[in-house]
Amino acid sequence: MNLLEQGRLDTPFGFAAALLVGLAFGFWLERAGFGSSRKLSAIFYLRDFAVVQVMFSAVATAAFGLVALDVLGWFDASSVYRMPTLLGAQIVGGLLFGAGFVAGGWCPGTALVGAASGKLDALAFLAATLLGSLVYAWSFPALAPLQELGACGIVTLPQLLQLAPSTVAALVVAVALLAFAAIHRFAPRDHS
Amino acid sequence: MTAPIQPRSSGAQRYWNPYVAGFGLGLTLLLSFVALGVGLGASGASARVAASAAHTLAPRSVEANRYLGPWFEGGSPLASYLVFMSLGTLVGGWISARFAGRVLVEIERGPRSSARLRLALAVLGGLLVGFASRMAGGCTSGQALTGSALLLGGSWAFLVAVFAGGFLVAPLVRKEWQA
Repeated sequence: MNLLEQGRLDTPFGFAAALLVGLAFGFWLERAGFGSSRKLSAIFYLRDFAVVQVMFSAVATAAFGLVALDVLGWFDASSVYRMPTLLGAQIVGGLLFGAGFVAGGWCPGTALVGAASGKLDALAFLAATLLGSLVYAWSFPALAPLQELGACGIVTLPQLLQLAPSTVAALVVAVALLAFAAIHRFAPRDHS
Repeated sequence: MTAPIQPRSSGAQRYWNPYVAGFGLGLTLLLSFVALGVGLGASGASARVAASAAHTLAPRSVEANRYLGPWFEGGSPLASYLVFMSLGTLVGGWISARFAGRVLVEIERGPRSSARLRLALAVLGGLLVGFASRMAGGCTSGQALTGSALLLGGSWAFLVAVFAGGFLVAPLVRKEWQA
């Protein structure tokens, strides 16, 4: 039973557990080089592929691992919290987010790591994200139609593709490996 | 094509292999699923800190807000696992950077960018990212990383849109980053 199921996620014990998970999260982000906005932004100039390499190996590892634990009967994957699909808001939000990512050089998680690494531009970015979230909160009623556009509850790729979750997880791993092979093929020289 | 970007200062260690770091990050996400029952998140904490700060200035207005109001019903919006996870991310990042000799106070930017241009665009980008994270219900952590690993349709759409938005705007801010 995970802490969410037990109703203990937002208790002092849950806070301590989340803090430990966060420690590992911050550690790996920094090890990957994501405490550097030069390195993060470089993906958008095809100058450094670490963002794609790290992101897709993480997604493939977790997707495959979760399906494997479920198939083995060690963990019920359906007990994990899933976000509903809000297609309009996620596409428009994603486009704005990408624009902000390349202009700002950070995303919220990496900016924490950047600030911890002494980057003053990360502090400026973080302060601005606070303001940006408040701007959203106060424009929320006006944005309601967009939030409802394409809102269709929890939609998974296995449902959409009519395939078993284990098959889709294997496909994600295969696509990630193909993407890595393409990076090494077309962007040679020490992209290891 | 040149080699991957490494720290500029001479005393700093090189970054780890991206596949090793990605594998570690994936295991961390899996641990989060199994132990907490939720994935990783980062933008939620910043929104909650903002709500809390705004609340000290204008409590009634914040409590009456349709988006922020519910966060105050159970007490403080800071009493959330999301806030503690981000605290951990900050400390974990610092520990890693410290041990690798990568803590350096600077305004990081490309060779053609002034510090002023870099800070102005960091603020503009932060505004957009803070706004867009609320709209999409998460950021690169909560949607792109976590939702994609959960094989959620909307999260994959978000992931594709983030890269599209980034590549579209990259030429406009080239001076900030590239020689």
